[in-house]
Order: sequence, then C-alpha cells, then structure tokens
Amino acid sequence: MADNVKPRVRVPKTAAKDEVVTIKTLISHQMESGQRKGKDGQIIPRSIINRFTVTFNGASVIDVQMEPAISTNPYFEFEARIPEAGEFVFTWYDDDGSVYEDKQSIALA
Amino acid sequence: GLGNPTRAFAQQALTQDQLLQFDDFGNLTLIHLTDTHAHLKPVWFREPDTNIGVGEASGRVPHVVGDAFQKMFSIRPGSPEAYALTYPDFQNLAASYGRMGGFDRIATVVKSIRAARPGAILLDGGDTWHGSYTSLKTRGEDMVRVMNLLGSQAMTAHWEFTFGTQRVQELIGMMNQPMLGANIFDAEWDEPAFEPSKIIETNGLRVGVVGQAFPYLPIANPGWLFPEYSFGIREERMQQVVDDLRGQGVDLVVCLSHNGFDVDHKMAGRVSGIDVILSGHTHDAIPEPVVVGDTIIIASGSHGKFVSRVDLDVRDGRMMGFRHKLIPVFSDVIEPDSEMAGLIDEIRAPYESELSEVIGKSEGLLYRRGNFNGSWDDLICDAMLSERDAEIALSPGVRWGASLLPGDITREDIHSVTSMTYGECYRTEMSGEMLKTVMEDVADNIFNEDPYYQQGGDMVRVGGLGYTIDPYASIGNRITGMTLLKDGSAIDPARNYVVAGWASVNEGTEGPQIWDVVENYLRRQGTVSPAPNRAIRLLTD
Amino acid sequence: ALPFSLAAQETAAPKTAEELIAEFTGGADVVEGDGVTLTAPEIAENGNTVPISVDAPGASEILVLAPGNPTPPVARFTFGELAGSQSASTRIRLAQTQDVVAIAKFPDGTFMRSSSNVKVTIGGCGG
Ligand SMILES: [Mn+2]
Ligand SMILES: [Mn+2]
Repeated sequence: MADNVKPRVRVPKTAAKDEVVTIKTLISHQMESGQRKGKDGQIIPRSIINRFTVTFNGASVIDVQMEPAISTNPYFEFEARIPEAGEFVFTWYDDDGSVYEDKQSIALA
Repeated sequence: GLGNPTRAFAQQALTQDQLLQFDDFGNLTLIHLTDTHAHLKPVWFREPDTNIGVGEASGRVPHVVGDAFQKMFSIRPGSPEAYALTYPDFQNLAASYGRMGGFDRIATVVKSIRAARPGAILLDGGDTWHGSYTSLKTRGEDMVRVMNLLGSQAMTAHWEFTFGTQRVQELIGMMNQPMLGANIFDAEWDEPAFEPSKIIETNGLRVGVVGQAFPYLPIANPGWLFPEYSFGIREERMQQVVDDLRGQGVDLVVCLSHNGFDVDHKMAGRVSGIDVILSGHTHDAIPEPVVVGDTIIIASGSHGKFVSRVDLDVRDGRMMGFRHKLIPVFSDVIEPDSEMAGLIDEIRAPYESELSEVIGKSEGLLYRRGNFNGSWDDLICDAMLSERDAEIALSPGVRWGASLLPGDITREDIHSVTSMTYGECYRTEMSGEMLKTVMEDVADNIFNEDPYYQQGGDMVRVGGLGYTIDPYASIGNRITGMTLLKDGSAIDPARNYVVAGWASVNEGTEGPQIWDVVENYLRRQGTVSPAPNRAIRLLTD
Repeated sequence: ALPFSLAAQETAAPKTAEELIAEFTGGADVVEGDGVTLTAPEIAENGNTVPISVDAPGASEILVLAPGNPTPPVARFTFGELAGSQSASTRIRLAQTQDVVAIAKFPDGTFMRSSSNVKVTIGGCGG
C-alpha cells in the first residue's frame, strides 16, 4: 500500500497577516474498508488511512479521525488562519504503520 | 374532435405571417430553443396523455394534459394549437396539419424575429447534439455546424456529455458560442470546470446569461464517460453566480437551464435575482410564462416543434414587463430557409440511403412521450423479448423520440427513438426482488414530492411484465401486483428472471445495439400492430 | 469456555449511531440547531464518493455519522488554534439512502446536531 500513496496539497503561496486561506488536500489511497469480499469470497482486510493532521509552525489547524466510510483517495478542504510566515505540515497515518508527510511554505504578502 | 379537416382547410387557416405575428414590446428579445435532440428534419410529435404531478406540482403545468390543458389555455379542440400542444385526436390532426419543426423552418423563424428585433439573443438549452442517426454518425458535429449557422449565442448541456469528455471538448472548440454550466465542477478538486455565465451586450443592455447543466448527469447517464466532472443542483452556487452578475451591474439575469421544469420552479422560489429562466430537459411546451415571484419561467417544448420568443422591457437594471409567444413550427406553413436547408442536405447526403431504408411497417401510431409505456416502447420491448429470448424487457423512460403515423418505418425513425452512445442491448438474470427495487427506485426519481429529487424522465418501460403503480405513495410502496405476463404468475422475489434491456449506465455492458435488435425484429415481423398496453394499471387519488 | 472470543463478538456487532453519539457527548443533551450545518447533495452521483461539508462556527469538534451504513462512524474533526473556521469538506461512502448526521461539540460543553438526507439511487433515465 505504501508504494503508490501520493499526497497532493493546494495552498496559496502568500497570505496577508491573519488572513484565512482555503486549503485542499488529496492523497491516493485505496481505503480498503474491511467490508468488501474479494474474488475468492473472503473479506479483504481493512487497510485505511485512519488519521490526518495539519499543523502550521507547530500549532494545530485540524486533526481528523478517519473511518472506513471515507472514500478512496481521501479529500479534505478546510480553512487556516495565517498569523505569520511559516510552514504547513500535513500528515496522514496508515493502518499499516506508514506515515506520509507533505510540507508547504507560505510567505506574508 | 372535429373529425378530420382536410389538409387544404388546415393550411388555409394558417399562414406564416400569422404564426410569426407579434406586437413588438420593450427593448430586448430572447429566443429560446431547447431539446431538439438533433432532429434536423420536421417530425410528428404527440404530446403526453399522462404527466402526473405530485405534491405542490399537482394540477399545475406541465402536469396538465389533453382536454384539461385545452380548457386551461382556452384552446379549441381540433385547432392548430390543440394539435401542437395536446394529444387528443392526434392521428387525425397530424394528417391535416402535418409535421412540425425542422431546422430550415426554425432558421426562418429566427431570422424573422431578428429582422423585427435587431439584437435579439438566441439561446440553446441543450440536448442538441444527441438523438438522431446523423448526430450519432458525426458524433455531434452536425449539430455544432447547424447551431453555428443559426447563430446561437450560448448553450448548456445534458446528453452532449454522453459523447465523452474528449469529444465534448473537441466540439466546444468548434462552437461559435460558449458552453455554460455554473453547476459543472471538476470531480477531483471540486472547482468550477466550465464558464458559469456570459455577459452579452446588446441594444445598450448588458444581459447576464447563467448556464445550468442537467444536475443528475452521472446518475441518469453513464458517469464513466465523463468521470472528470461532478454536477448537482448547487443552489448556493447559482445564487453566488447571479449575485456576481448583479455585482457587475448587468441589466438582466437569464438562467439558461437544463434542470427540468419542476426543479426550475422550486429554484425560482429559492434563488433571488433571476429575471427569466429558460427551462429545458422535461420537454414541456407551455403557452404562457409561469411566474414565480419576480421570475418568469419559459418552457419551449422539444424536437424543434416550438421556438419561444420573449420580448422584455428592461429599464434601470430591472425587468419591467414581458410579452411572450410559444411559436409552433408548422413545417407545411413556414417557408424553409434555403441556407439552412442546404447545410442540412449536405450533412445528410452521405447517409441518405441508410436513413431512408424502409425496415418495416406499422398499422398504428407509434409514440413514446407519457409517464408510462408508449406504443414505440412496447415495440422496442417486444423486439428485445423476441430477439434476446427474454422473459422481461426493460427500456429507459426517456422523453425523446419522435412519433410516427401508420405506414413505413425507416432506419431514421428507429434511430429517433434509440440513438445513443451506449445502446448495447444486454441479457441478464435479475431476481424478482431486484426488479421491484429498480421499479421503485425509478418511480421515486419521477414521483418524489420534492422536485430536487426528480430526474425529469418517465417510468422505465417494461415488456413481459405487468404492474400497478400508485404515484402518490412513498418510496418502496408505489409498485404492487407485479406479474409475469407469459404465464400470469406473480413475480417471485426469490426467483431469477431472464431480463433484456438497453442503455445501461454500467461500463462494459455487452450486447448488440438496440437499433439492430429493433431492425431484426421488424424485418422478421414485416408489419406490427400496436395495441393499447393494458398491463400497467395506474392508481390515482 | 465461550465458543468465540469477546473480540470477535465486538466486530460482529458494530456500535450503533446512538452508542457513538453517547460516547461523543458523554451523555449530555444534543439539541437540533442552526449552530451546525451539514451540506450534502440531494442525490448522490456515486454512493462511493459523496461530497459533504460540515460547518459549526465556534465548535471544538464535529462528529459525522452515517447511521444507514453497516458501520456508522465516518469522521471526527478536531479544530486547532489556527483553524480559519470550524468547517471542513470531505467525500464519504454511503451504502444506501439515509440521513447523514453531524454533531458539533462547543467549548461550553453543549452539543448541537444537524442532518441531511442523501438519496443513493440506481439511476433513472431522462429528458
Ligand atoms: Mn435532458
Ligand atoms: Mn431532452
């Protein structure tokens, strides 16, 4: 699973101080629910991303606990307030122990 | 009715001048054409005998048909208006008044309005590229050429998308008009994928035109053909686009909509700032605008039968008044435009022998439109039962497809009611339980009290199967008495039935094309004799 | 001895929406209110990927449930100090037509709920 997992994020390059910006994220992932049967009739074991967190300069923006009802290729859109120039850290936690991370900087305009 | 007035009488009573007569009004004219389904040549088209409205829509246009419709709009039985707008005595009146539509006649109507009203705006409500042999063979290009020549200034879409994303983009590249869709978003990042609106400047006015594509495209049609896009009603988005236009100081806001009439009616009451909704998709022809608050809704029929002319008095950024005419395009009365006739001939020339080949004969009227099986649908279902050796046939409740008077059935006629990019006729097994679920599901898409849950089609057509339906019941409770016609047995939820059908939205569906199935059946039968369908019982309150 | 383990019993009976709500609220009252909005399409284009948005100004957390799914939990959003709003959008799986539910927790210990009906259909035909 960890092979073809690819995070993508959309963050503005710049923002005014204390501006609220919209952020969109996508990560390619099967999100195997643990409820589907395979061709052999056996249940395919659950394998999902179970948590997604976003921080900015170490402070929390959003923390999402994810369940198997989240669709394949999880998508999130949310807003963040930008108090200063700095860096977003996006982190996805996989059932299999893998952790995927992306970072994006934003400058003050 | 009035019996069968002679053709001479009928034509004496009608002139082109009379059909186009209009007392000019105000300072702006809109011309609306929608749901032609690529019917380049004049057709017969019988309006529905059944169009049930539930909830608030009950008893309201377009859910009024036949005699009640004639009374509501003071239409004399047997008159040209009765023939064009209602079903009674259709076969006799058709013999008198002739076919309707044809793009060469439509071009004459448009040119005449433009001559009287320079700066008139022509708008195309969509379902333009699909529905005929030539549109399928040219993959929509014929209609792009025709609409370019006609001078349409903006369009929106529905069946256009069934050519697939790549072809839609190619054809947009050939168009002299924008494809507008405020409610079309890219499925990945949820961002607008099409231009939502266009400001057209004319006669010193700035007219904001918002496009609204069919909201349920990926549900009613195969979403795998255009996986990049997401649709939906998106009422808040519509409000935002209208507000943006108002913010840019437009004088008038027109919504070019493919929502379907009841959805437009509800939307008109919930989105503010729209002056005119030009409504498409449900194929209703309504002779007067329907007023909801400060918004008027115009319904212009289908298959080229009608062109709507709407004159408006626009002052101080407001619509102060309107005058409207639903112009019936009587093809024997309106002179063909030679330029458009030339283009149509050129488009059809390579296919002329294929189009005109006689496949069989019908002893009765063939029609489709109505909430339940029409005689065309019965014929298609019979063909599937026979050619695919099935117990039950399912045929989509689409509202397109011309009617046909008794006589020859050509390949072009068959394509009028079957043409599509996913016409494979499948054969499969389905449990009685699944059949009931399908019927209930489709019924709810038509008879849900909330228009936003309606998809604007008609009930799935069935062959080999009888049922009783109560449109006013709730989902899961509308369909009773499902019966296998071949032996009169009740449908058993646990038993599997051999089912043939076509127009599946599932990718990878296999089978011969439905038009070939119908052709083979007709060749075998020679002549068909449509009989009234007594297997479907309707409960009304 | 028991014929099956307690763990197996647990997976056989997933928690109900009521149990999940009680766990989230600690038994506190939940009122229906304007303080939380759940936006979803009237009809899902595809039950495997239904876009939803939740918005609850001032909330610290929002729990989303799909009570009509075999397992009702969907997601739990916790908003941090740099959240620009207490809102988020995602895409979810719905096994059938149902009311999707959002419950917002506010810093003063109150809870509000909102729901939105989404129809999951086989599909129809068209005009
Ligand atoms: Mn349509
Ligand atoms: Mn149509």
